[in-house]
Amino acid sequence: MFYKNKMTLITDLTTSCSPTWCPGCGDFAIWAAFKNAAVAQDWNNLNTVLTAGIGCHGHLLNYVKIASVEGLHGRAIPLATGIKMANSRLNVFVFTGDGDSLAEGGNHFINACRRNHDITVILHDNAIYALTTGQTSPRSPHGFKSKSTPSGNIDEPISPVSLAIASGATFVAREYASHIPQLSELIVKANDHKGIAIIDVLQPCVSFSDLYTHDFYQQNTYYLSKDYDATNQTKAFEKSLEWGEKQIPLGIFYQVEKPSYEDQIIQIAQRPLVDKPPTKKDLSEIFKKYS
Amino acid sequence: MENQDIFRLSIGGQAGQGIKATGLLLAKIATRLGKHVYTYSEFPSLIKGGHNLIQVSISKEQVFAPSKSTDFWITLDQNTLNVHLAEFQDSCSIIFDEEKNYDFTRINKKANLFPIPLSKLSKDAGGSQIMSNTVALGVAIALLGADLQIFKDLLLDEFGSKGEETVKVNQLAAQNGYTYALEHFAEKKKNILFKEDVVEQKIVVNANDAVALGAIAAGLQFAAIYPMSPISNILHILASNQEKFGFIYKQPEDEIAAINMAIGASLAGARSMTATSGGGFGLMVEGLGLAAMTETPIVVIDGMRPGPATGLPTWSGQGDLRFVLHAHQGDFPRIVLAAGDPLEAFYLTMQAFNLADKYQTPVIVLIDKNICEHDQSMPFFDTANYAIDQGKFTTEKEAEFERYKLSADGISLRSIPGSGNFFIANSYEHATIGYDSEEIKDINSQMSKRMTKLVTCAANEDTSPKLYGPQNADVTIVSWGSNKGSILQALKDFPNVNYLHLTWMSPFPDKAVRAVLEKCKYIINLECNYSAVLAGLIKEKTGIEITDNFLKYDGRPFFPEEINEKLKSVLQK
Repeated sequence: MFYKNKMTLITDLTTSCSPTWCPGCGDFAIWAAFKNAAVAQDWNNLNTVLTAGIGCHGHLLNYVKIASVEGLHGRAIPLATGIKMANSRLNVFVFTGDGDSLAEGGNHFINACRRNHDITVILHDNAIYALTTGQTSPRSPHGFKSKSTPSGNIDEPISPVSLAIASGATFVAREYASHIPQLSELIVKANDHKGIAIIDVLQPCVSFSDLYTHDFYQQNTYYLSKDYDATNQTKAFEKSLEWGEKQIPLGIFYQVEKPSYEDQIIQIAQRPLVDKPPTKKDLSEIFKKYS
Repeated sequence: MENQDIFRLSIGGQAGQGIKATGLLLAKIATRLGKHVYTYSEFPSLIKGGHNLIQVSISKEQVFAPSKSTDFWITLDQNTLNVHLAEFQDSCSIIFDEEKNYDFTRINKKANLFPIPLSKLSKDAGGSQIMSNTVALGVAIALLGADLQIFKDLLLDEFGSKGEETVKVNQLAAQNGYTYALEHFAEKKKNILFKEDVVEQKIVVNANDAVALGAIAAGLQFAAIYPMSPISNILHILASNQEKFGFIYKQPEDEIAAINMAIGASLAGARSMTATSGGGFGLMVEGLGLAAMTETPIVVIDGMRPGPATGLPTWSGQGDLRFVLHAHQGDFPRIVLAAGDPLEAFYLTMQAFNLADKYQTPVIVLIDKNICEHDQSMPFFDTANYAIDQGKFTTEKEAEFERYKLSADGISLRSIPGSGNFFIANSYEHATIGYDSEEIKDINSQMSKRMTKLVTCAANEDTSPKLYGPQNADVTIVSWGSNKGSILQALKDFPNVNYLHLTWMSPFPDKAVRAVLEKCKYIINLECNYSAVLAGLIKEKTGIEITDNFLKYDGRPFFPEEINEKLKSVLQK
């Protein structure tokens, strides 16, 4: 991984809070991967903002000393896009979950993808609602037994990778949380990408699900081959539908260069909106149109 | 009205016939002649077909409200005659297309009929059927004694950007109507639209215009607004002016995204707003609490329309007051203002941005359809006395930054991501830096800090209501929002009646309201809702119970005539 400089140290990112995640939770690995990427890329309080929705993932903001916004369940994406439009110079990260962005915030997920806002979305995908102690999520498979589906889940799951590709996202990838170095590298690539980057991060829920365990992911994931063409949207979509024994692809499914949403706003072509304080405007020209 | 000479002209036709645009042309002609105007329109939630009406009231003095009857009609469809039968004034004039076989038999009043070949004159000018309205307006201004040139000049100003040909065709259509009228009905010409001795330059605006212009003037930097009647014109004005003034307007996927985007932009340091109607506000409710909990400034406009669910999209109501006062779970401070006319909408919107910044909490501005879409003439808005106040705010790196630091006035220093300052803008209850906290001392101190801001606001701002009319009166009307216009219009006939107009709903000016109301001989509370919500609020805040509640909830505004009758019946008791 490319280290920009040593301005930001890992200790600079340390806060006074200790994680409250369950031992073995994938969130620890995502946290570590993000901090490593932040140190490598010198993401700090001068250039970066973090946002999160509600779920176990959201606690992460308490453990990284970079200015952040803990929003509402499902609403981290519109918050983040508002921040990005106002200050396009910031690296804007969204930490979200499968319940957060595929159920409650599904509409925002789809629309942010099609608009290609220049933000990075890290989707903590544990296929269950954990913070509310174990109900079925939009990622839980058909037949999945949980507190909300004691006789088995009737709903079919949805893949955030397929949804993102179909919605027009320009960078769509998947990793397994415990591949920490690879995930760090992917987060850096996602942030470097101009436009929206979606990373589906597979992680087990050690307390409420014995379906998608660390063992499961270690045995059933594989990396997309070196000759895989990530610029073909149709092929990428087809690949994204793959899921099963030894059949879970990891890596960048899809990446294309397109102008980001923010690149196309004339008002911020020269400098971010917030570089200047609000100023009182003279309306005398407009008033003439009303007389 | 008995004490004011008001001339009323109505144009009725189908949606898509340019009814409202024609009415606005007349309003501007009258304004350029030094008159005051008020326009009132009625239309269903349709784009084509259906019935549209605009009434333009013209007077030498300021006009505040519509009237129940009309002196002069341009009828472009049979429905105008059917729907508005009761509004045809005795000896009124009616312009209509002689080629159409309208049935006038149901009008049992004396009427001056002006059959005009509108379609033919329109085609002669090289225009389409839709330009019949321009021909008809040419006829009307001829019959009312106005100068054609002033109409032609206006058409140039209005259509100049659409090219020379468009201007030429419109001017010819106007001229054809004007000439035809003078050739055939010269003896019926009246001297109504004459130029006043003093002509002050005025604007013709509604509250949607006023909110958008007020926001721009106040330094708006970001707006996310999902379209909804009756406030969509706010976003149209913002969208078309964003590049000129350097702010961003974004159309979001829904109202939830609208308020969250605006909060995000505000957190990043941009002056931000959103706008909606009651149904959209319902979706924004969770965002309102987020702004309050994270102490993020945000201005939210609620343009009220009647009814729950989809209700009556194109009609007016005042049912949202309690909704915006209480929306969201838990306790948090909010500032709620209500505008009574476009002028108030302009100044309250400007003020709302400063209040949001100073008190770092949501500010809701209520307007209602009755002012959102009814244009009035008024002097150019004056922004000379306005200064942007961002309150306690820094973009500089602070030595020991605590975003939610406790303070006597409840307000802490606000900063932005990228400034070097670390903080968590946290929707969870939090300690001073923003970390999650469930400690009793943090819960209590942060709640108390937030709520103290409202006390600080009440102490620092002038929240008092305005009393119109004599200090002492036999009857006092108390009301809010767009009822102001019809009340002030009605008051012209009652020197012994005054009006208490409230613009601050939270923090509520309890002492000032009690001081006025406890001295009143007789109080009428007037509102456009079923439950008399303001009367309830007054009782809650002042202990004063108002028993005479004059209410209307049919989507139509109060007409001055109705208030007039009500006052007469009360005064006769």
